[in-house]
Amino acid sequence: MATPENKLAFDGGWAYDPAPESTDHIRIESRYGLFINGDFVKPESGKYFDTINPANEEKLSRVADANQADVDKAVAAARAAYRGPWGRMKPAERGKYIYRIARIMQERAREFSVIESLDGGKPIRESRDVDVPLAAAHFFYYAGWADKLDYAFPGRKAKPLGVAGQIIPWNFPLLMAAWKIAPALACGNTVVLKPAETTPLTALKLAEAIADAGLPPGVVNIVTGAGATGAAIVEHPDVDKVAFTGSTNVGRMIQKKLAGTNKKYTLELGGKAANIVFADAAIDQAVEGIVNGIFFNQGHVCCAGSRLFVQESVADEVIAKLKDRMETLIVGDPLDKNTDIGAINSSMQLKKIQSYLKIGQSEGATMHQSSCSVPKKGYWCRPTIFTGVSQSSRVVQEEIFGPVLAIQTFRRYDEALVKANNTPYGLSGGVWTDKGSKIFKMTQDLRAGVVWANTFNKFDPTSPFGGYKESGVGREGGLHGLDAYVKLGAR
Amino acid sequence: MALSAVRKSVRFPDLSKVPAVDEVGVDERVARFQTRSIKKASKVEALKLVLSMIDLTTLEGQDTPGKVRQLCQKAIHLHDAMPGLPHVAAVCVYPTMVSVAKEALAGHDINIASVATAFPSGMSTLKVKLDDTRMAVKAGATEIDMVISRGRFLAGDYRYVFDEIVAVKEACGDAHLKVILETGELGTLDKVRKASVLAMHAGADFIKTSTGKIQPAATMQVTLTMLQAIRDFYRDTGKMIGMKPAGGIATSKLAIHYLVMLHETLGNAWMTPERFRFGASSLANDVLMQLMKQSTGVYQSADYFSKD
Repeated sequence: MATPENKLAFDGGWAYDPAPESTDHIRIESRYGLFINGDFVKPESGKYFDTINPANEEKLSRVADANQADVDKAVAAARAAYRGPWGRMKPAERGKYIYRIARIMQERAREFSVIESLDGGKPIRESRDVDVPLAAAHFFYYAGWADKLDYAFPGRKAKPLGVAGQIIPWNFPLLMAAWKIAPALACGNTVVLKPAETTPLTALKLAEAIADAGLPPGVVNIVTGAGATGAAIVEHPDVDKVAFTGSTNVGRMIQKKLAGTNKKYTLELGGKAANIVFADAAIDQAVEGIVNGIFFNQGHVCCAGSRLFVQESVADEVIAKLKDRMETLIVGDPLDKNTDIGAINSSMQLKKIQSYLKIGQSEGATMHQSSCSVPKKGYWCRPTIFTGVSQSSRVVQEEIFGPVLAIQTFRRYDEALVKANNTPYGLSGGVWTDKGSKIFKMTQDLRAGVVWANTFNKFDPTSPFGGYKESGVGREGGLHGLDAYVKLGAR
Repeated sequence: MALSAVRKSVRFPDLSKVPAVDEVGVDERVARFQTRSIKKASKVEALKLVLSMIDLTTLEGQDTPGKVRQLCQKAIHLHDAMPGLPHVAAVCVYPTMVSVAKEALAGHDINIASVATAFPSGMSTLKVKLDDTRMAVKAGATEIDMVISRGRFLAGDYRYVFDEIVAVKEACGDAHLKVILETGELGTLDKVRKASVLAMHAGADFIKTSTGKIQPAATMQVTLTMLQAIRDFYRDTGKMIGMKPAGGIATSKLAIHYLVMLHETLGNAWMTPERFRFGASSLANDVLMQLMKQSTGVYQSADYFSKD
């Protein structure tokens, strides 16, 4: 095995010069109102809050803080549009509008991706290559369904629900907006959407795109704010459907509030995915998959592969290779095209991650971080792995939502399976083996909504996504995603 | 090294320990290397490094002593209009041209690489291959680029392939041995990985992708697989084996992608002509053109760079 003198050296020597994506083509207003009834309007609350760049803590813009009155206005506008032009529109026409949003998103892809990275801290490589193209793909995909709902639900008549209240998180701001808005519109609903308070800008840019696409006023309304604004949407009596993506705690609160109402809901909550590497796996590619599983988007991914299970006979090799690979990850300016890991989304999240680093160490685990330096200003966390953890460790049980991986070993298939399923969550999982039969067995046995084999964190609009147990209720994406936005009646 | 000493230092590897390779995963990793944006000083540094790693090659039936002399001249004087350029690592020719190259490169620190062992097919007897190798070394080759017997490898006769490499290594004497796997004929990355392990254990100083006579020649996927095999061999034995992708690398941009891949897979210790080579005939001029562009801001016509 590796001896100290056989260690690879990645620092010193040739290094990549900064290659920053330019920001001169983007436009961010100094202040944003609420997008209600087709226009940006001043908030009834009269209040605004700052949104900052987590990479340097500088203010990007001020954004309206919507109160109950603002939410009332937005819901009323959505209701009027539902009763009016949108509800009466032929499905094929509806589809055209959704296609138009998708195309505008593609045309403005650079602007969207730069703003996404500025506001949220994610590397431009990811916002450019993943977030924005996938968001556009969701609109394209659901646009196609708008006039084909009879084929999605054979023998049934699919009718829209009415006004959908949607609350999205800060980890994939634009992509989550697309996941929510596209199927809602395709099924004929109207929308009141609240982006997360730390990342409102791309949703507001999307509002501009929607206005430019000429959607009838009120079909999509975007209200910014924090928890109270979200609560006002959830509890609004004229909202027919609630779609939430975020923490399990908030999800629980929402589910309690909705009990006894006839609102339909989908909840996309936390996760603590097991990534299981068998000894017969393609080891080098598995190491890539581990890296992609936990360090993608700084680990701010609900389906992140945050628990690694490695078969004992290859554990030393996998961990040594993982450490080498971590040394080559470039942490820094999110706008640099070579950055692999950007800034932590907010100071609050950074504190939470740091508290888990302390917890892990105090639980007796061995912590290893890559040796990279991080900028002084802004919120940063080096890629981190914990070894010597057990199922009873908090860093194994709880969702950290950061670039922190907990590694355990296993000997037998059964042991890996039991440990993998031994969690309150069940959103995703990964299996790495060269043996097809083992893949099929494991994917059947894992209790998780998505299981990837010999890959990780792959998304496609045609594929349903959602969790078991505390990871949520309902599915988004694909044919299943339509179900959440329709009521089915007889033909 | 004495024959017996060579034999003692090698051992047939346990091929059951060779890890599987997932081609989809390799494609993804390669795509990541290709998104690296190399600009400004880091680009100039990379381009100069690429020049110093080139094995300037001519391997044609119609090669003449005159052409080889021209190539050697180019190897020494890449582009005198631009001062401060390195020279290439080696000139690579057929055995019959080695003496010509030796004379033309006299007094210069440029290696003479010769293909041998019934290049490019390797379809001959061991005796002929060893004679071929000895002849090239005797004529002055400091590096031997041998081909493995792909037919035997594909038939599963790994022992034969291994023994043949060991024997050629012995015949090389002090000359460095590059073992060409001809990956375009092996078919899968699993086989590439296995052949790499076999060659390294048998005594290769370098492992090389291709002869340039078979398509596909070098690809980033194949090269990454071989680099990962080199890394594991280093971890296990402490020996640093070199890598030479050959054939099909004609542009600066692609060559820089290879350097990024090398840098992020094996690290700094391999970023030298001692451990990495490009087998290429037309790459040098593209790199020179890019270097001139970096210094002057404009592209020059291809006619300002000598074609040899």
